[in-house]
Amino acid sequence: MSLPAFSPGADPGPSFNELMSRSGQRPPLPGSSGEPFTHTHATTIVAVRYNDGVVMAGDRRATAGNVIAHRTMDKVFPADRFSGVSISGVAGLAAEMVKMFQLELEHFEKVEGTALSLEGKANRLGNMIRQNLPSAMASGMVVIPIFAGYDTRRREGRIYNYDITGGRYEEMEFHATGSGGIYARGVLKQHWNRGMTRDEAVDLCLSSLFEAADEDSATGGPDAIRGIYPSVATITADGYDRLEDGEVARRFETLLAIRAARLGISAPTVADPTTPAPKGGRRK
Amino acid sequence: MSMPYYVSPEQVMKDRADYARKGIARGRSLAGLSYQDGIVLVAENHSRTLHKVSEIYDRIAFAGVGRYNEFDQLRIAGVRAADMRGYSYSREDVDARSLANSYAQMLGQVFTHEMKPLEVEILVAEVGWTNDPADDRMFHLLYDGTVVDEQGFTVLGGDSETIGGRLKEGYQPGMALGAVVSLAAKAIAGPDRALGENELEVAVLERALDGRSFRRIEGDQLTALLS
Repeated sequence: MSLPAFSPGADPGPSFNELMSRSGQRPPLPGSSGEPFTHTHATTIVAVRYNDGVVMAGDRRATAGNVIAHRTMDKVFPADRFSGVSISGVAGLAAEMVKMFQLELEHFEKVEGTALSLEGKANRLGNMIRQNLPSAMASGMVVIPIFAGYDTRRREGRIYNYDITGGRYEEMEFHATGSGGIYARGVLKQHWNRGMTRDEAVDLCLSSLFEAADEDSATGGPDAIRGIYPSVATITADGYDRLEDGEVARRFETLLAIRAARLGISAPTVADPTTPAPKGGRRK
Repeated sequence: MSMPYYVSPEQVMKDRADYARKGIARGRSLAGLSYQDGIVLVAENHSRTLHKVSEIYDRIAFAGVGRYNEFDQLRIAGVRAADMRGYSYSREDVDARSLANSYAQMLGQVFTHEMKPLEVEILVAEVGWTNDPADDRMFHLLYDGTVVDEQGFTVLGGDSETIGGRLKEGYQPGMALGAVVSLAAKAIAGPDRALGENELEVAVLERALDGRSFRRIEGDQLTALLS
């Protein structure tokens, strides 16, 4: 590898984005394609505040038009030790944005020797969405993330939602977005309480995703045959922690039993997770 | 009429080397040592914020002695090179050997072509992917671009030979963290003084950690190790 050198006036500072731009290595954004084509979309993501921090969750389905493109896609990622980002929208661009955002935070932390504030991280993400605006306008390739994390200075979990122009809005209770977000939000609105415990908050996320999958064809429900369950992570003073798929499966079992009892039918059995989930927090 | 006078290349190089060595000798030393669970870097540093030891990448750390602004510039260049390489290829494709070579190129270039050589000595340390300490790497780079691939331990700074001699007496492969940090602190201090946690900067690359394995050891944790 060759060491990048910059004159003092052209130094990119602690931003990885800026570094890539100044080295001419930023991948070009897709412009107007002329011909419409189907691109892969990612779907329902939710985040909920509770007494120790936040829970983030997302379904696992990616669709291209009315075809299921991928069944085990992860939409919830650690951004750094104390924050996470989940994505909805065009999958390829969203995954690239997550990768860039993770590197942006890590690069800043290493160059400066200190981590950005949670607010600072949220603003950086807004900036990156803003950079994507031309391609969102030209070809409809929109990426909308949710950013959430534990604010180590204020000692509380915080959630930010974004619009396509990079506008950043802090949510005090919960948020859901993606094609099934509207259904998930209904559930969250009905059942969210101040001072929820971790278990209550995780169950609420799962039931909101279940309802979203029930109404929206682009959102994947729990897949008992293949053992595929939503990705769920908590972010607290202890950092980012991805839930074991086994725990999510057990919680779904309870959830489905309650639904079944309501309908007066016997509860379905839930398969053990077969796909090992990718590793959660990057730093233990 | 003034006469241009001749200076032999040997003399030019010698003068530059002397200049760089003098600059480095003014600063405080540091040591990098392989231990049971990875690599530990121990530096005498009276500042808590101006670091001599820092993280470059998942399994790579950087340490420098000499002029702070010069080695800090090298550190940032290293972080940039590593992050860009990890982004373009994969995180596993970032390695210390290639980074050390880039540093050597840069140091050698500056030494022969610029007015003033860099007054620094740096260490690029990498903890291996396996449990075998033989896979750990420590590249010691001198002001003129010389690269030395070190095994076990290495010392940077003006007094490196004396300190290295003291380390040699007590060092064994596979030592525990507490023992190795105390040994390094004593070797750096010498027989006439002792270094406490306020004069030391300690960080480890921990083999067992997933992802970013660099961790600073500070405050109470360091006090406990030294006692």
